Amino acid sequence: MAKLLTYEQKDTWMDRLCGVTKLIYFLAWSITSMLTYDTRVLAVMLVLSLILFKISKTEWKQVGSIFKFIMFFLVINVLAIFIFAPDQGTKIYGTKHVLWQLSAHYPITAEQLFYELNIILKYFTIIPAVFIFVVTTNPSEFAASLNRIGISYNIGYAVAIALRYIPDVQDDFHKIKNAQEARGIEMSGKAKLMSRIKSTASIIFPLIFTSIGRIDTISNAMELRGYGKYKKRTWYMGRKLQRNDYLCIALVLGFAVVALVITYHDGSRFYNPFV
Amino acid sequence: MKKFGIKEVVATGIGTALFIVLTEVQIPLGIIPNTSMQPRAAVLAFLAAVFGPVVGGIIGLLGHALGDALFYGGVWWSWVFPDAIFGILVGLFAKSFEIKAGGFNRKKVVLFNVVQVVANAIAWIVVAPVLDILIYAEPAKKVFSQGVFAFVANIIIVGVLGSLLGLGYTKIGAKSSSLTKED
Repeated sequence: MAKLLTYEQKDTWMDRLCGVTKLIYFLAWSITSMLTYDTRVLAVMLVLSLILFKISKTEWKQVGSIFKFIMFFLVINVLAIFIFAPDQGTKIYGTKHVLWQLSAHYPITAEQLFYELNIILKYFTIIPAVFIFVVTTNPSEFAASLNRIGISYNIGYAVAIALRYIPDVQDDFHKIKNAQEARGIEMSGKAKLMSRIKSTASIIFPLIFTSIGRIDTISNAMELRGYGKYKKRTWYMGRKLQRNDYLCIALVLGFAVVALVITYHDGSRFYNPFV
Repeated sequence: MKKFGIKEVVATGIGTALFIVLTEVQIPLGIIPNTSMQPRAAVLAFLAAVFGPVVGGIIGLLGHALGDALFYGGVWWSWVFPDAIFGILVGLFAKSFEIKAGGFNRKKVVLFNVVQVVANAIAWIVVAPVLDILIYAEPAKKVFSQGVFAFVANIIIVGVLGSLLGLGYTKIGAKSSSLTKED
């Protein structure tokens, strides 16, 4: 069973922050790291990420298996970029320093290595942010906080239901999968493509129909309790934005603006050490 | 389907949970990295076709973003938005599919497949690679071949699995909807 990242309560100031603050941090952080290719900015972000990760007191066993999984994808992605476009770095930085001629079409250039280093840095700045966000945010509190910043409570409630029912649906899924496998349906790579689609269908069908049944049950229960009667709702788990929250939001947004200004001030997203 | 009622709220929530759980099920196609056949795409198409564009769009957006974050610890935004767009596009035709009302016949299946192929093309051959280039400055050749593969993988899985789901559900739905109508 694939392990999911899950919330774990810890007594840190980060844990006590409002879910909205952490969402803003997560969004601002990932957008900044998405846009910038400035190696200096990325390096600073990487160091900050690691510090924040340390402060959040997240343990390796909470995230370790997923981290290894990401590393696997990272390696494949970096190799794929090289295979498909070995001269992307030259195209971006405008110069060409061949370090080693692998074959006629595949020179290893300093520019390419630098460009791919930036991509790896980007991964490493975002990963801790996602870990921190998911591991330190209580899902119920998060849904309640969404409503507090003006998002319609229907959306907040949909998010709450999604987060609440992931383990249940996952449970259903594994029960159905085990049952079908016990009946002799081949799910591994040994089967042919078409028969794999078919055997996947034999799991997804029951899963969908139980889920549709679940939708009916839950919406009936909500209707009976008068959901949606008023324009507003109160939330048991809601938290108010406090001094620390405002401070964090201001710092994060300030950082994002400065980082983007540094990135774009010379008209290019790339920091070019070659000229 | 204009109103975002209780049923839609719950369908969005459970649908998102389903989509996230099914992230686990992937049928790898091989050669092109990070693309495989994803049964969750068929589920998204099915739910969008039953519950409409708003539910489809939110499931695509939230499900993909959360699923990526929970399973892979990173959100690849340029591939999140295409899923949302796909959900919205398929959902726009929810009324004409009549899956819930039990009218999902051969003609509707053809319509469903035309819609899904067009929606997939827009999402994976146009939007995803363009966002990849704009946001991540990845090489065009790589992202377009990834996009085309995702497109092919998705139309197969949605075409087979999505259509079957629609047909299966319309059979059950027929009884309940004819009952309420006679009331």
